[in-house]
Amino acid sequence: MTTTTLAALVPLLPFLGAAAGLLVGRTAPGFARPLAVLPTLTSLVLAALVAVRQGGGAAVDSATELTPTGSVPIELALHIDGFAALVAVLVGLVASCVQIYSTGYLRSDPRYPSYAALVSLFTSAMFLVVYSGDLIVLLVGWEVMGICSYFLVGHYWETPEARAASLKAFLVTKLGDVPFLIGLFALATDAGSFRITRILGTVASGGLDHPTLIALLLLAGVAGKSAQFPLHTWLPDAMAGPTPVSALIHAATMVAAGVYFIARLLPVFEASQAAMVVLAVMAAVTMTGSALAALAQDDIKRVLAYSTIGQLGYMTGALAVGDRGAAVFHLLSHGAFKALLFLAAGVIIHAAGTNSLAAMSRMRNLRDRIPDAYWTLTVALLALAAIPPFSGFFSKEAVLGVAEHVVTGHTEHAPAAAGWLVLVAGLLTAVLTAAYAMRLWLLAFRGRGTEAPDHGRQPLTMTVVLWVLAVPSLALGGFAFRLLPDWFDGRDLGPTLTTSVLGTGMALVGGIVTYAAWRHTTALAARVPLGAVAAHPEGDAAQVEAEAIATHEPAYGDIAYAPDPADPGRLLLGPLHRHAAAGFHLDAVYTALFVRPVQAGASLVRFLDREVVETYVRGAGALPRWLGAAVRRAQTGNVQTYVSALLAGTVVLAVAAVLVATGA
Amino acid sequence: MHLAYPAVLSALLFCTGLYGVLARRNAILVLMSVELMLNAVNLNLVAFDVWLSKAARETLHSGQALTLFTIAIAAAEIGIGLAIVLAVHRNRGTSDIDKLRDTSERHDPDDPDHDARPAEQSDEAQKAEATA
Amino acid sequence: MTLAATAALLATGPTTGAAAQTHGFLSPTGVEIAFLLVGLVTFGAALVTVTTRQLVHAALWLVVTLGGLAVEYLLLTAEFIAWVQVLIYVGSVVVLLLFGLMLTRAPIGRSPDADSGNRWAALAVAVAAAAALVWVVVDAFRTTWIDLDGPAAGSTEATGASLFQNWVLPFEALSVLLLAALVGAIVLSRKAKAESSSPPVNAPGVTKSSRTVTQGSGSSEQEGAR
Repeated sequence: MTTTTLAALVPLLPFLGAAAGLLVGRTAPGFARPLAVLPTLTSLVLAALVAVRQGGGAAVDSATELTPTGSVPIELALHIDGFAALVAVLVGLVASCVQIYSTGYLRSDPRYPSYAALVSLFTSAMFLVVYSGDLIVLLVGWEVMGICSYFLVGHYWETPEARAASLKAFLVTKLGDVPFLIGLFALATDAGSFRITRILGTVASGGLDHPTLIALLLLAGVAGKSAQFPLHTWLPDAMAGPTPVSALIHAATMVAAGVYFIARLLPVFEASQAAMVVLAVMAAVTMTGSALAALAQDDIKRVLAYSTIGQLGYMTGALAVGDRGAAVFHLLSHGAFKALLFLAAGVIIHAAGTNSLAAMSRMRNLRDRIPDAYWTLTVALLALAAIPPFSGFFSKEAVLGVAEHVVTGHTEHAPAAAGWLVLVAGLLTAVLTAAYAMRLWLLAFRGRGTEAPDHGRQPLTMTVVLWVLAVPSLALGGFAFRLLPDWFDGRDLGPTLTTSVLGTGMALVGGIVTYAAWRHTTALAARVPLGAVAAHPEGDAAQVEAEAIATHEPAYGDIAYAPDPADPGRLLLGPLHRHAAAGFHLDAVYTALFVRPVQAGASLVRFLDREVVETYVRGAGALPRWLGAAVRRAQTGNVQTYVSALLAGTVVLAVAAVLVATGA
Repeated sequence: MHLAYPAVLSALLFCTGLYGVLARRNAILVLMSVELMLNAVNLNLVAFDVWLSKAARETLHSGQALTLFTIAIAAAEIGIGLAIVLAVHRNRGTSDIDKLRDTSERHDPDDPDHDARPAEQSDEAQKAEATA
Repeated sequence: MTLAATAALLATGPTTGAAAQTHGFLSPTGVEIAFLLVGLVTFGAALVTVTTRQLVHAALWLVVTLGGLAVEYLLLTAEFIAWVQVLIYVGSVVVLLLFGLMLTRAPIGRSPDADSGNRWAALAVAVAAAAALVWVVVDAFRTTWIDLDGPAAGSTEATGASLFQNWVLPFEALSVLLLAALVGAIVLSRKAKAESSSPPVNAPGVTKSSRTVTQGSGSSEQEGAR
């Protein structure tokens, strides 16, 4: 088979799996698991094969136009360069891991068939986005991912949090998608084609008429999808979905699609200096803000969600300084270790019976219950904190190195201001990242107090996957920074001395300070009892998680916040803690700025409809109603009155007729 | 004889019957008034027939033939009418026309025919028994 | 104008004797005088029929009205119709009505509520209709003259010849109608029988008799009509 055929099969197989799963899921539940796992695994193998065949050489391009579609043609096109090949392998790997993990995590969920089918559909859409060489085909995958995300976030639709979160995720990402669509049209109109290769050719020859406008419009969609400031607010709430979904969609793949999209079209953005600066500001604000917020979250998954936002900020930062190699490098390593973090967090939530770090910090021996999760989570957190030699170190150093490269005067790709912004924010975030990673680890595994509840052994499918993902988290970076430049643009991705020392030092500082703070506060934990634990020794992990999410607000007063004086984050952040826990009140601001005016407008319209329009309607009905009432009074049921009226009318008519006939 | 005499008498009788139909309460008196109206018409028919049979050469005596028909039909009508009145009287306990107001828009609680209601209900009960 | 003429006619008709013109209203013939007198009696009896408060009296006054009409038919030389009128109306219909009054337990004597509340509206309608009709009729047939001399227009021979030469088909159709009326009366009675097994108001004996009478009278009246 040619590489093109293989590549076409990669998105097709999970799609067929999803269709078959939806069709037979209800009638033959036994097929649901194989139909979910096997196509995804096959796609992983095929994606790896495509990557080997492509081998970092010339991009594989193939296109077919099914039917004429008007002025700007839409083609079924593939464009597989090194980025696409490797990202597809990552998507396949994470999706396969998540599908296998889900068979254990939702093993007794009655809605598992539809869940698995939606995950397969999502995987297919993500492959489509990665491989597509045509922007409209890419958009199809982009929107299918959005709707799958909506359904999967709302998987526990019995809980109000999940319902609200799925709606919010859908609406906020769509808010970005509208300008994104307009941006795509503007871009295609300028370039005369939706094909990525032709667009890049047009940009290279300077044929783009409105680069800033197009770049900013596209940026809105990217900010929505990749959860960048100011459209990031949906991602922490989306943690109300099942943990595997968070791992796949909201950590490793879908949110990375925005970054991947910019990486594909980076020359378009580079054509506008303003867009690059906006991108840098967005990245810097996102990075630091989300890291601060992550330090204050109580829900373990919300910590990881803010962490995801921050790491995506690193990627956009790398793009803002004009190096897509570093961005995609960080995307790959982050996809691996963040998926691992989420899957391990799922195991922890199941074992602890709660998603609250405050409650976990009052549990003894949690790490002995789940040694696999303990070790793999440690590896992933070290990768997240960018401690050498874990993969996160190399990818993050690549980003910081590029920023420093720009700062030191190599501004052919990006303005120096963007370089400074990304470098400073990146270093600051490195401290904070290490701090919240340390806090999470300490609170989850070094708790003191009562024995952790016994939820039995974790299913094998869940623990094996953790180790599979631990391998790239541990070792990917060390090998990749030498190999990847061959696949990417060829620029060096190796760590430079300055940023390495600076970054690692910052991370160590953050970790040590947090540890000290924890030593200071941990004694308080025993004195302040806190926490609610969902104990379902027989139930599967999904049931425990759904209950934990549903009970967090009644138990602690807020979905993201717990009044825990033993939290080291509280000591470190000081007065900022409460604001950080609430995501710096961005939701409240949006409520005041957008939701309230819209609701006020809606109630105004309702008032107008009810009181003004309805008055006219009622007024129009009043006269017939009065007439009807009068006529009704005449309906006495007495036949004689009827006949009297009839004959009286007859006489009047007869007299009138006679008068007319005689001409009187 | 002037044709005006029987014609005027016929009109007056007709209107008298009309008044009776509209004003009488008892259904049988209403039937009597209907008879008056029919007779008024008969008189008209006979008078005009006599006039035409003398004035015109060819006539079918249609007026008198129709009068005979009318008389026969009136007799049938009075038989059926009386049977209906008796059936109503048996079911409702009254033959007063202005108490038969089932088609009125709304039954007042102090409706004059509410005393006939138990009879109606028991009648329905009997129907239910009959069907059962 | 015509109304006034009619009123004058009704008031002065019987007493006028002299004839000034050929067929003037002021010089009535003997037949006309007889017609007017009988007509007055008939009209008066009809008025009493529809106004009396005693129900049985109403039926009796109806006899007078119908009998008066029979005399009017005779005066118009329609003798066959006159006898049919006497036989059917005075002989059977009034008897039927009297039976009906008895079977519906009509009160003997004065009943104060013989007229419904609709009385004044009825009076207005009736007077208006009478005014309109009389005005039109008098206006139209003021000068029309019926020649009553010569052979009787409504002798049994003439009527019979007309009926069985020209009106055979309607006559036979009428027999079907009478049969339908007969069946209808029986059906109504039978229905009443099924329902009157334990009548709520009437005693069973009365109901039974009423049924038989209705049936019998229905058939007898049809025989009379034939």
